[in-house]
Parts: sequence; C-alpha cells; structure tokens
Amino acid sequence: MFKKIINKIIEGFIKTSGWVSSIIVLLIIIFLFKEASGLFNKTPLEEGYMLVVNKKNPIDKLNPDQLKNIFDRDSTSWKTLGGMNADIEIFTVEDISTFYNDSMIGENMSNLPWCINDHISKTENVISYFPEKYLPKNFEGKILHLDKISVYQFLKNKIWLPSARPVSQVGAMPLIISTLLVSLVAILIALPIGLAAAIYLAEVADSRIRTILKPVIELLAGIPSVVYGFFGLVIIVPFVQKIFNLPVGETGLTGSIILAIMALPTIITVAEDALRSVPKAMKEASLALGATHWQTIYKVMIPYASSGITAAAILGIGRAIGETMVALMVTGNANNFTFSLLKPIRTIPATIAAELGEASYGGLHFKALFALGCILFLITLMINVYVEYLSGKKQTK
Amino acid sequence: MTPKIETKNLQLYYGAHHALKGIDFSANANTVTALIGPSGCGKSTFLRCFNRMNDLIDGCDVEGQILIDGMNINDRYLNVDELRKKVGMVFQKPNPFPKSIFENVAYGLRINGINEKKILEEKVEKALKQAALWEEVKDNLKKSAMSISGGQQQRLCIARALAVEPSLVLMDEPTSALDPISTSKVEELIYQLKEKYTILIVTHNMQQAARVSDKTAFFYIGEMIEYNDTTEIFTNPKIERTQNYITGRFG
Amino acid sequence: MNKRLSQKIFFTLFRLISLMIVIVLFSILGFIIFNGAKSISWHFLTQMPTDGMTKGGIFPAIVGTLILVLGSMIFAFPVGVAAAIYMNEYVKEGPVKRFMRLMTSNLAGVPSIVFGLFGMALFVNQLHFGDSIIAGSLTLGLLALPVVIRTTEEALKQVDDSFRLASIGLGATKLQTIGKVTLPIAFPNIITGLILSIGRVSGETAPILFTVAAYFLPKLPHSIFDQVMALPYHLYVIATSGTNITESRPIAYGTALVLISIVLICNITASVIRNVLGKRNK
Ligand SMILES: Nc1ncnc2c1ncn2[C@@H]1O[C@H](COP(=O)(O)OP(=O)(O)O)[C@@H](O)[C@H]1O
Ligand SMILES: [Mg+2]
Repeated sequence: MFKKIINKIIEGFIKTSGWVSSIIVLLIIIFLFKEASGLFNKTPLEEGYMLVVNKKNPIDKLNPDQLKNIFDRDSTSWKTLGGMNADIEIFTVEDISTFYNDSMIGENMSNLPWCINDHISKTENVISYFPEKYLPKNFEGKILHLDKISVYQFLKNKIWLPSARPVSQVGAMPLIISTLLVSLVAILIALPIGLAAAIYLAEVADSRIRTILKPVIELLAGIPSVVYGFFGLVIIVPFVQKIFNLPVGETGLTGSIILAIMALPTIITVAEDALRSVPKAMKEASLALGATHWQTIYKVMIPYASSGITAAAILGIGRAIGETMVALMVTGNANNFTFSLLKPIRTIPATIAAELGEASYGGLHFKALFALGCILFLITLMINVYVEYLSGKKQTK
Repeated sequence: MTPKIETKNLQLYYGAHHALKGIDFSANANTVTALIGPSGCGKSTFLRCFNRMNDLIDGCDVEGQILIDGMNINDRYLNVDELRKKVGMVFQKPNPFPKSIFENVAYGLRINGINEKKILEEKVEKALKQAALWEEVKDNLKKSAMSISGGQQQRLCIARALAVEPSLVLMDEPTSALDPISTSKVEELIYQLKEKYTILIVTHNMQQAARVSDKTAFFYIGEMIEYNDTTEIFTNPKIERTQNYITGRFG
Repeated sequence: MNKRLSQKIFFTLFRLISLMIVIVLFSILGFIIFNGAKSISWHFLTQMPTDGMTKGGIFPAIVGTLILVLGSMIFAFPVGVAAAIYMNEYVKEGPVKRFMRLMTSNLAGVPSIVFGLFGMALFVNQLHFGDSIIAGSLTLGLLALPVVIRTTEEALKQVDDSFRLASIGLGATKLQTIGKVTLPIAFPNIITGLILSIGRVSGETAPILFTVAAYFLPKLPHSIFDQVMALPYHLYVIATSGTNITESRPIAYGTALVLISIVLICNITASVIRNVLGKRNK
C-alpha cells in the first residue's frame, strides 16, 4: 500500500519533469516579456519629472525623439516641431539663479515653485522640466504630454544612453548591429577553419589522429568563456592593437577572433556529423567515375551535407550572439554606432551584464535591459528552431 | 588475342577473412560475363577488384595480378583515378547524385576538366542515348535526378558511367532493385552495350545471366568453381555444386 | 594529373589547419598553466583575499563555486534524469515527443545571460530570494538542465530493448524495469553526462552575475540565502575591474588555472569513464 503510493509519486514526478523544458521556456518568455513590456509603458523622461511649456504654446505633445532633439539642441526652433515661429528656450531648476535672486527663491528654496511658475508664464518660447514636487499650486503653464517609447523607436534609434537626463536614450540599434557584426565575422573566420577540420576528421585523418583531435575539440568547448575572455584580454587585445596600430586593442575584431575560437567545436562537430551522414553510395558513385577523393568531397559530399553545414554555421552564430563574458572583456564596451571592426563596440549581452547591476529595479533602464534580453532570446530561439527544421529536413531526405 | 581483363592467382583478404582464394579469370573484349553464386561468396568483392574500389575498405589486402589490356592494375603506384575513369561501375541500388539529370551525366566529364558547354551537351546526349533514356528525359534535363523513377534512375547511372567512355563496365546486381519492366529494359540495354564495351555483371537471377551473358562464372565461398560459356554452364555444368546452385537446390 | 596535386594541396592544408587548432588549444592551456602555476600554493587555495584582492587567496571563491555546482546539480540532476526517462521510456514517437525535444534544444540554446535575467526576475525578485546561493544555484540548474536531459536520453537510448522486454516479460512493472534494469545499465553514461555538466556549470559567469555572485566577500556563507564569491566571477572581476589590475594579475592567472583544472578534471574523468565502459561493453 505504502509502496504503491511511493510509486505513484515517483511516476508523477517523472511525468511532470517531462514537461520541465517546455515550462521553463514558457516561464522565461513570461518573465522576460513582462519586464520588457513595461518599457513601452513609459516615457523616456526621467522618473518623477514633468515637462511643461507656456500656456500659449500650441504644442500639446512631443514624442521621445523630438524631445531628445530639443535637449540636444538639435531642434532650436518651435517651428520645426510644428509650433510657433520662435527659438526654443530651455529652462531648468539649475538655471533658476540666472532669473531670480536668492531672496526671491527663499530659504530652503521654499519659493521655488512660485519662481518656476512665474518664469514659465512669462516666457512664451520656454520649455522646462523639473521634479514633480516643485509643481506650483496654481500652475499657469501647460503640462506637456509625452508619447511613450515605441517598439519601433526602441529598435530603430541609434543611441543607447539609458542614464541620459532628462531624456533617456534607449536605442537598441547600435547594440543589435554590433552583436550581429561581431558574431557574423566570428563565423566567417571559424567556418572555413571548422569545415577544414571537419573534413580532415571525417575523411582524411586516420583513427589514431582522430583519437587525439576529438578530445582537443571537446576541451576547447569545455574551457569557460571567462577564461577565453581573460586570454583574449591578455594576449589577443595587445596583439590586435599592435598589428593594426590602434589606440586601443579592445575592438569588435578582437571579440570576433575569440568568439571564432569558441565557435569552432560546435561547427566542427556538427559539420563532421553532416559529412558522415552522406550515404556511402554517393561517395562510391563519384569515386568509381574517376573523381579524386577531394573532388568527391567538394563536388558530392559537401553539397549533400550542405544543410548540415548550414546548421553548423547558424548554430555557431547563435552561440556567438549569446556569448557574454568574452564580449564584455575584449570588445571595449564603447557605445559606438559603427560598422568598423577596429573600433570598440558593445554587444547586447555585454550591455546587459555591464549595466543591469547599476540599473535601479523596475526603472526604465532596468526594463530596457530586459527588452534587450528579449531580443537576444528571440534571435537565438529563431536560430534554434531553424536549425531543428534543417536537421528534421535532413532526416526525411 | 590478349584478353581484355585477366586475373592471376588473385587473393583478397578483409583483415583475417580470406574472401577471394586464388582466382584465375579472363574475359575477352566485347563480351558479357555473368558472375553468379550464393550471397557472400565474393562476387562483389571480385568485381570491385577491377576498379580498385576495395582500396576504400580499411584492412583490405589484395595479392596477385589483375590485368586490364595486359597491364597490371594491382600496383601501389597506379593512378587509381585514371583507372576508374576507364572502368565504369553501376551499383546495386541506383545512386544518382542529388543534382539535375544533366549534371549527373556530366559529372564524370567535369571532374576531368571538361567544362565546355557544347562538348558536355554532346556527350551527355550520346550517353543518355546509349543508355536508352534520352527519349524519356530529353525535355527535362534540368529536373532533379531524384524525381525520376527507379528504373530511369538506374539507366541514368548507366549513362553516367558511359559518359566518360570507359572500355570496361562493371555492374553489381544492377536490376535487383527494379521492377520487371525496368529490368527488361536494362537487360536489353546490356545486350546492346556489348558492341562497344566489355561487361562484367553480378546477378542473382539465373534467367538474367542466361539471357544477357556470353560467359558465366560460378563463385562459391571465395573460389571460382566453374567458368564457361553460359550455354554450357546452364545446360551442362561440369561440377555438381554449380548444378545444385543453378537448379536452385541451395543458395 | 593536376587534380591529384590539388587534392594533395588541400589535404595538406586541412592537416595544417587541424594542427593549428591543436596548437591554439595548447597555447591557451599553456598560457594559463604556465602563468598560473606560479601563483598556486596551499596558501592561495585556502586563504581569504586581502589587500583589495591583490593579495591572499581565493578560498571563498572556490567554496562558492563548489556550493553552486552542488546546488545546481541537486536541482538539475533528478529533474533532468526524470525528464529524460519520461521522454525516452514513456512518450511514444510523435508530435508530443518532438515538441519536448524541440523545447529542450531551445532551452539549451538560450544564452546564459538570458538565464541570468530570468533568474534575477524569478528567483531574486519575484520569489524574494535576493542575491543568494539558492537563486544562483537554481539559475545554474536551469542552464544545466538541457545538458543533463540530453546526455541521459542518449544513455537510455543505448540500452538495448531486449533488456526492457526481458524484464517486462518477467512481470515487472514499467517503473520496476526502469529502476532495476534500464537505469543501472545506463548509469555510467548518465554519470558521464553529470560530470560534463558540472564542468560546464562551474565555469559559467553570466547567470550568476545578478543572482548570487559577490564582488568581495571574505567569509564563508552561513545559509542558502547568503551571497558567495565564485571562481569565474572572481576571475572576471580581478581581470577587469579590481582595485589594481596589474598587481592582481598573478591572482587572476591562479584563479584561471583553478577554474581550468576543474574543467579538465571533469573532462578527463568523463572520458575515462567512457573509455573504461567502451572496453567493458566490447
Ligand atoms: N567491407 C568488408 N569488410 C569485411 N568483410 C567483408 C566486406 N565486404 C564483404 N566482406 C565479406 O567478404 C565476403 C564476400 O562478400 P561480397 O563480395 O559482398 O559477396 P557477394 O557480393 O557475393 O554477396 C563475405 O563473407 C563478406 O562478409
Ligand atoms: Mg554483392
């Protein structure tokens, strides 16, 4: 009786565990997207602040990009924003002493709200932001409505400066570009090398050499990424700096080189499997026609294994895209929007790792980092599903 | 007249397994020779000696002489690619490449550096005609070779082998995976090819051997038990084992 | 003739490239071992870090990593093995099984930093574990889960069906067959997988950044709700942002060597088990 219950419990445990992967993937989606979606519920204005203009100003709302341009002094006239024909004057709490003396502001700035109200109501072309607590009682200005951050803007904007004040800049574009660029170059380096090694292992090497090479490749896969990062920092970074005569050696290329080494085991293993799965009949048919072994490999076996080799490359890209520590340690972490490989850049995972610690819980920055996490998750998920699709196709062939 | 192909005291070992035991064999040009015998007796192994396909097998060791046009090809320094160009092979299961019909036939030419479109088209057409496939595929040369029927695929493989203009063609049970209609087409083809080629064919099908071949060799556990004109073998076998096999008493 | 030459050239090239890969591996290992060996001492392995982590040992980081490995495996091993049993012994080939496989491989493909984010959102914040051993262990456990599932599934697949049939033929239930026949036969291979995932988990940095790892904490934890230092994070910190990067380089090398040693030991142990087994099965 007692035994029966135990058995039921064990079987229940086994059956639930079967779904554990699915449940975790689901949970990851829920938690990541829940945090990330909060980003698109926020305006990029610093939290607790408000944005106001003079009552006569015809503009009622601004979108985050317009706001950014105003505070960057890229937009200097209301006219360009569809408003009146006047220059934009920015007024902040710090500017208060240029307009009012200490006695007017009062002890402990008790009269500050009044000053703010006064200045704004008097200045037609003003725009101002200040903490909500300074909001004057009978405010005579107009509180501007600010559009929320949109997904499109998040993906498209070219500046990532979430801690910028008063308007946070959360443009993921440079991070996405950097991540893809570094990973792509890594694969461009790793693919020919990995393919060569895979061909060597599958077709050329005798079994004695294979027994040496296989564990080497396994070990290469086993070295922790932080050790690769450290190695890159001490060896590859100065090397790249010297070769290309750069001010700093922490560049996208440095990252690509290390990521290429790290991607090799994946590429070699998957490509070797793909080559081994070429039917013997194909190989023999080619050889029997007088093709050399090498001709057989590149004219018959590689085309036949192409979907497996593609899978290898894509899987390698996926690994590189998600790699955090190496990117964090050797790519310089600069906020550059650049296609150059010889400049410091910053990838999505490195950004998350570097900034999550300093982002306040639940804030805009925090949520923006989760949104980056979602991008990363979606990219790797798509890659994975595509690779599974490729290998599924191979089986039915 | 020197025979087209000849073996002298041919011994073959798969590691410790003695698979061919002193075979002395010869066949003249423009003949079809059938190799028959129970499964595992060494027919395929023997066939693969003539284009050195056994080289691909680890631990396979071949001793003795294998002569083609009087030249010993069982020589470490022989250029096997050149040899295989001269010796065509058709396998048991049709094994076209996953390429177009045209590219399948052109494959052997391309690997030998022939890339001129006109020459390729000419030779592909010729080979497909020889393989009696031209009429069926001439409008679909770009179609994938995997999309045609099994019988057509096998004739395509024959065309592929013929395109490089070999003088000897090896066929290892070429019809065993085909339906009766395709089989008879291929048999007819083999009969016609004799005019230009020397053919060695392994078959499990006694009628087939009787229909297509001039001479027949009976193999049994690594030995060539009896070798004679096909009519002789089938009507008047000298050795009892041969007779038992032909009449279906074993094998 | 020249097609033979081109074959020769290409095959030689491939051989050289493969040789180069071996050289790269050994230069990385050599670099760490050569530089790290100078730092390794009993003192280094058993003392707290001092002087802004430029002197002293890495004892708390070693202990922290061991605790995290243990913690993650306590979760991942039973659940992963159970999941593999379900997928291999219970579910029939079909869409359900394909879906489970796909999800497992999707989980395996999730970048480790995303596990870090998830662990932070779920364990640290939602469940209020805070930065703690339990949050870090569970996060690492999630990451190790697909590895355990896969290797266990492979191990179970290798068990010949005749054993299962024999057991069921004798009147054993499915669960008895799994417990008494299938698992014991597959056990060495499952253990190999376990050891490999230990190697993997001990080197992971990104998942523990925001769930458990402490920058500098020169004492041992008292409960599973404490933070700990960990080797990979420690290496990252002293290599990039310690108080004095040049002065702490020897410590960085030493830490890297300890970390690599754990991975090496895991890999070697796994391959020894595999080889011994391979021989025994022949
Ligand atoms: N690659 C190989 N390795 C080892 N033994 C082989 C190999 N190929 C064939 N053999 C053995 O050689 C013998 C002859 O095989 P085969 O020539 O294929 O026979 P057949 O074609 O007459 O059926 C058989 O006993 C077979 O087991
Ligand atoms: Mg055979």
